[in-house]
Amino acid sequence: MFKILEKEWLNVNTFKMVVDAPMVARSCEPGQFVIVRDGEDGERIPLTICDYDREKQTVTIVVQTIGGSTAEMSKKEAGEYLADFVGPLGKPSDLVTDDIEEVKKKKIVFVAGGLGTAPVYCQVKWLHEHGITADVIVGAKTKDIVILEDEMKAVGNLYITTDDGSYGRTGMVTTCLEDLVKKEGKVYDHCVCIGPMIMMKFLSQLTAQLGIHTMVSMNPIMVDGTGMCGACRVNIDGETKFACVDGPEFDATKVDFNEAMRRLGLYKPEEMAAYEKVKAQS
Amino acid sequence: MEVDMMKKVPVREQAPEVRAKNFEEVCEGYNKEEAMAEATRCLNCKNPQCVQGCPVSIDIPGFVQALKEGNIEDAYQVISLSSALPAVCGRVCPQEKQCEGKCIRGIKGESLSIGKMERFVADWARENNIKPKAAETKKGKKVAVIGSGPSGLTCAGDLAKLGYDVTIYEALHKAGGVLVYGIPEFRLPKEKVVEKEIENIKGLGVDIETDVIVGKSITIDELLNEQGFDAVYIGSGAGLPKFMGIPGENLNGVFSANEYLTRSNLMKAYQEGSKTPIMKSKKVAVVGGGNVAMDAARTALRLGAEVHVVYRRGESELPARAEEVHHAKEEGIQFDLLRNPIEILGDDKGWVNGIKCIKMELGEPDASGRRKPVEVPGSEFVIDVDTVIMALGTSPNPLISSTTKGLDVNPRKCIVADEVGKTSRDAVYAGGDAVTGAATVILAMGAGKTAAKAIDEFLSK
Ligand SMILES: Cc1cc2nc3c(=O)[nH]c(=O)nc-3n(C[C@H](O)[C@H](O)[C@H](O)COP(=O)(O)OP(=O)(O)OC[C@H]3O[C@@H](n4cnc5c(N)ncnc54)[C@H](O)[C@@H]3O)c2cc1C
Ligand SMILES: Cc1cc2nc3c(=O)[nH]c(=O)nc-3n(C[C@H](O)[C@H](O)[C@H](O)COP(=O)(O)OP(=O)(O)OC[C@H]3O[C@@H](n4cnc5c(N)ncnc54)[C@H](O)[C@@H]3O)c2cc1C
Ligand code: SF4
Ligand code: SF4
Ligand code: FES
Repeated sequence: MFKILEKEWLNVNTFKMVVDAPMVARSCEPGQFVIVRDGEDGERIPLTICDYDREKQTVTIVVQTIGGSTAEMSKKEAGEYLADFVGPLGKPSDLVTDDIEEVKKKKIVFVAGGLGTAPVYCQVKWLHEHGITADVIVGAKTKDIVILEDEMKAVGNLYITTDDGSYGRTGMVTTCLEDLVKKEGKVYDHCVCIGPMIMMKFLSQLTAQLGIHTMVSMNPIMVDGTGMCGACRVNIDGETKFACVDGPEFDATKVDFNEAMRRLGLYKPEEMAAYEKVKAQS
Repeated sequence: MEVDMMKKVPVREQAPEVRAKNFEEVCEGYNKEEAMAEATRCLNCKNPQCVQGCPVSIDIPGFVQALKEGNIEDAYQVISLSSALPAVCGRVCPQEKQCEGKCIRGIKGESLSIGKMERFVADWARENNIKPKAAETKKGKKVAVIGSGPSGLTCAGDLAKLGYDVTIYEALHKAGGVLVYGIPEFRLPKEKVVEKEIENIKGLGVDIETDVIVGKSITIDELLNEQGFDAVYIGSGAGLPKFMGIPGENLNGVFSANEYLTRSNLMKAYQEGSKTPIMKSKKVAVVGGGNVAMDAARTALRLGAEVHVVYRRGESELPARAEEVHHAKEEGIQFDLLRNPIEILGDDKGWVNGIKCIKMELGEPDASGRRKPVEVPGSEFVIDVDTVIMALGTSPNPLISSTTKGLDVNPRKCIVADEVGKTSRDAVYAGGDAVTGAATVILAMGAGKTAAKAIDEFLSK
């Protein structure tokens, strides 16, 4: 059992939890994820690590309630327990494992869509602690759903853009990046992009044109997260890879986004029914 | 009870048409009377061939004689000397290739039903609360066991009985390895059998920590150098599924048998109200011919689908237990033998709508002595299915080998270990599927047993 130490709603459907998880906190790195089951009969939910504290032995996750299991999990409060919290899973971000002197030479931009802000934060913070300040573009539909703004400002160079222009710049993240490079003279040679699959697809088309090497974090359907089931397979340059062990980050130019988006829809009818059921209960 | 000395005492089973619609255990097993009657058929051979056929050399005539006399507890103690999981092995061992395959009775008539008797004795002991005894004195030394499959459980149990402090680290949220995530309820009941066996091992003082992935959460070097363990046993299995590499394998509706079975068994997707979904298929092709293929096929059948098993060799080459093939056929699974898939076809939305196969014929024997299947040119045909389940075998996961310096693996990614389980790293032992590649429960258990003995010798030096 894993105790929830803090819980906070960041916007209408996104909450943050700080969890007591010594085994994960001791060895996790930015870019990795955990698998959580809220209760004894829960589904295994993969969630990216948003922050961690080795001394306090805690790990922070940020969760968007988009279906039955995440809605169920959102009912848990501080002081209660999660049944399972296993990790760290997947490989850390290249930025963390590459030679730090080489990383320091890079001009790095992060692009986060919506909830993707949380996993991006972990990496930006790590770089900041290692003396590297990166630019961060955070995109959201509208002002109310921007998350982790103050935290991000403290560790990176933040550009917020909203689709409806209600906050920060106006337009999608692609517009913002293109403006920064083409109109505002920014130069980047490395990009990490985390967000909805469709956003990652279009952003990586843009960065390919701009010649910026880009890594995307894939979030396919998973079961075990240890390389045992193959549910998470993604097509990377024509080769089948398991996102839970070979990823979750991959070179954007090699990813077959259309296939990945199609595979995410595998259990649509079942998921809809489960979500309706949980909503009806609350 | 009247016994025909040439024939096995028949065992009660759920009728095929009934069990095809439920997940209850297919075979109901012997009762005491039946088991004792079957025991009377044993010739109590001086040189018992059956024992030679059992990978852990259970004293079969010994336990059968005790059973014959109605001393079930004695029979259980005899079995326990060699096996830690008799209720499991009695159910899942390929007996026809092992103990029963060698039984002298089998030459003229039917061999003894050794598995069914073993199962009865083990079930009786469990129901009568007979448990292995915990150690009286502690050794004050710690051993870490990685993985809670049959191999890890056995090694841990034996070491605990010798007085070691044992901690099992398990990556999943539930202990049992393939016994909980792979083999379905209708062959191996989880609550009734597997969980009870695990409780027994815990009762010996073994600590099981789930949700810990060795190689990620903690490394073997950290276990030895920072956590104070004196030795490590790796029983991490061979869980990495293979795919064929044919076109269409990533279409929606193609699953590895591991995914399909994990959803159904570990996550209980076969039960009403489970939070983990499983595809509701109408017509399924399962590719492969082993136990894993049979389990996937029979699970799909029970979930309401029409099921075809597509296998590239013939009937006599099917590697699955004979009993499972027989049960599968009774339940109405269709066997498309000497057929090999060459492509999976999909509709314009990317969902499976067929599997293209080619007919095969058996050619010259290959290195393994089995006749090699070769394609019959121009014989392609399509089976319309909405789901394809790949059951082509598995290999060891590189998680541990890639994070443990100096741990040798062979080209098949199996950990290299000698006959007692010693690896290339000092104080590190390994066994089961992690060493042999996908094999059997009894071999994995036997390896755990042998290694426990070797670890004891090593730590007693
Ligand atoms: C490596 C990785 C990291 C992730 N990090 C985060 C995170 O930090 N915060 C967050 O809120 N979400 C994250 N997700 C997504 C999250 O796991 C899913 O939103 C969640 O499982 C949905 O479950 P549900 O029952 O609430 O919704 P459902 O109604 O079941 O599904 C909604 C959508 O989520 C996706 N999904 C469903 N089941 C799974 C599954 N088992 N694995 C992956 N995706 C699934 C599908 O696309 C589905 O259409 C991550 C996913 C992966 C693979
Ligand atoms: C569907 C199916 C049906 C089968 N049917 C039969 C049958 O009828 N008869 C028979 O004899 N055999 C059968 N087998 C084979 C048999 O189950 C295996 O040979 C046996 O389980 C191997 O035991 P093991 O202990 O070596 O590994 P496993 O049972 O695979 O257990 C390994 C455990 O280690 C855990 N693990 C892996 N990596 C790590 C890590 N890094 N850290 C922590 N934990 C880890 C895994 O999660 C798993 O729980 C079947 C197998 C399958 C898949
Ligand atoms: S353990 Fe397996 S092989 Fe040995 S006697 Fe029992 S059923 Fe037969
Ligand atoms: S070979 Fe058969 S008859 Fe002989 S001891 Fe073994 S089980 Fe009994
Ligand atoms: S989630 Fe099962 S192999 Fe990746």
